[in-house]
Amino acid sequence: MLYREAGQFKTSYAADQQIFPIRQDRIAIGLILVVAALVVPMVASEYWIKAILIPFLIFSLAALGLNILTGYAGQLSLGSAAFMAVGAFAAYNFMGRIEGMPVLLAFVGGGLSAAAVGILFGLPSLRIKGFYLAVATLAAQFFIVWALTKFGWFSMDSSSGVITAQEIQILGYRFDTPISLYLLVLTIVAVMALAAKNMVRSSVGRAWMAVRDMDVAAEVIGIRIMHTKLLAFAISSFYCGVAGALYAYAYLGTVEPEGFNLDLSFKILFMIIIGGVGSIMGSFLGAAFIVLLPIFLDVLIQDFLTGLLPPSISSNLQLMVFGGLIIFFLIVEPHGLARLWQIGKEKLRLWPFPH
Amino acid sequence: MQFFFEVLIGGLLSGVMYSFVALGFVMIYKASGVFNFAQGAMVFFAALTFVGFQEMGAPFWLALILAFGAMVLLGIATERIVLRPLVNQPHITLFMATIGLTFFVEGLAQGIWGSTVRGLDLGIQDEPIEWIMDKAGILVSSFDLFAAGVAAALVTLLALFFQYTRVGRALRAVADDHQAALSIGIPLQNIWRIVWAVAGFVALVAGLLWGARNGVQFALTFTALKALPVLILGGFTSVPGAIVGGLIIGSTEKLAEVYLGGYVGGGIDSWFPYVMALAFLLIRPEGLFGEKHIDRV
Repeated sequence: MLYREAGQFKTSYAADQQIFPIRQDRIAIGLILVVAALVVPMVASEYWIKAILIPFLIFSLAALGLNILTGYAGQLSLGSAAFMAVGAFAAYNFMGRIEGMPVLLAFVGGGLSAAAVGILFGLPSLRIKGFYLAVATLAAQFFIVWALTKFGWFSMDSSSGVITAQEIQILGYRFDTPISLYLLVLTIVAVMALAAKNMVRSSVGRAWMAVRDMDVAAEVIGIRIMHTKLLAFAISSFYCGVAGALYAYAYLGTVEPEGFNLDLSFKILFMIIIGGVGSIMGSFLGAAFIVLLPIFLDVLIQDFLTGLLPPSISSNLQLMVFGGLIIFFLIVEPHGLARLWQIGKEKLRLWPFPH
Repeated sequence: MQFFFEVLIGGLLSGVMYSFVALGFVMIYKASGVFNFAQGAMVFFAALTFVGFQEMGAPFWLALILAFGAMVLLGIATERIVLRPLVNQPHITLFMATIGLTFFVEGLAQGIWGSTVRGLDLGIQDEPIEWIMDKAGILVSSFDLFAAGVAAALVTLLALFFQYTRVGRALRAVADDHQAALSIGIPLQNIWRIVWAVAGFVALVAGLLWGARNGVQFALTFTALKALPVLILGGFTSVPGAIVGGLIIGSTEKLAEVYLGGYVGGGIDSWFPYVMALAFLLIRPEGLFGEKHIDRV
């Protein structure tokens, strides 16, 4: 009833090509943004903002980055956490070494540094494909974490590479309350998500998808493979780098290189798999799922099984449930939550008269 | 020079240990095209099960058989619950499923047997052999040598199994071409179960040797990460590749740590194998013994 596109005629090319061609979608996106920006800060508790919403947004950004590389350009990467680390440490260095550095510029600098490193580690992708490439990106993962720990220069000689983020100040306003940090992160993520959405609908995005689907064929129709693949690595790493900088500055405050370990890379990979490979929306859904699941399991196990099980078993049970759920999801819906969303939308278009 | 050889031999022998884990990967990849990330967790599970049964008072052989039985069960369950519903899915989905399996198996192993670090005694001393010490002046651990012997025996056994038994021939047929194998009546699902069981056996052997070396603990799961560069160096589909790759990685890793590590502050063995394998891939993108891949449009 509500979700009908009947009567919405496209009378110009501009109308045909806009991001959300259906009016209801535009309203929904607008509503989500308004709720996220105005209602949430008013109603959400400090715990929700600090421990759930901020990490959710940051992980969404990282998942978006990985989705560009893996979902759109088809290059499997297991090193996204390392690129986040590069972003975090580069932003820290920009802030610490340059007097009066604007913090947003430092974030961009962090992203650009990550992009440069990403291009470097993306070079092998020109010759290596599939799982061989996945293992190659592990080289980036281990090497970067090692280098950040070993060389004091990166962490400005703090002990064992732990960095403490400087305070965020933009135009004299200090972002020190959870709500202000949340709004800052929300703005950055919204702008970058919009940019990503537009990128994948442009010629760049179509080139990525052509390379993903079959790179030899893409080359034959005149797509520059090297340019396309390295651009995917650069932009993906840029997103991961900014996410890493936010992770350090807006979420944790204090990070060490070991915090960006392989587990985090896997976590981000899970997000895009569960959310939907090759979907902007899926990055957000997957991030929400992976951020909320452990909290949910914690609460569930604590509330219902506290008396029944010793803590050592319940933590292992959580591990098993987590692994089991991932397998379950892959079996039930290999295309992720985004696909379920699509199916739901299709159903909604026919509802309540499916015939 | 003597020191060089000592490091080299030590590295080669520790490379044998990597090969064990890589072997399990290769078996499963060859037969079912699944990149089984859970191999490390299987090593952990196998070793923990073995030690668990031993603690319950089972003698060595019984514990070995029971642990092998557990691995077979795990393999069959994996085939039934995880792989069969995911047939015809893209490789990355299967790969992700095995990561999920990794979490599950780790939780299962620790849930059943507890997460304390246990010792594992195979009755072999980890001491330098005096005879070689006297003759050449090189320290060679008897345990490492034993591991190398087991590796040789295992590879021979696997090679014979693949070459001369009915099941082995079927396995090779499946590895060559699923469709063709199915069309001449080879039961694919049985073959997969067997492959997972054999990989479980390899994991058990690896778990026993690694466990006897470093204690049975959670860190055993990281052996999978050590095996990955071995795999890409040797090629995903080659059993000899896993062995040769293991030897190359093991020896260069130790040599690099000793001769280069000093210049950059040490600890380079966490990433050196990967970077080396990466450099190697640039020259041969399909590994040493991997099948050459030809792209067609």
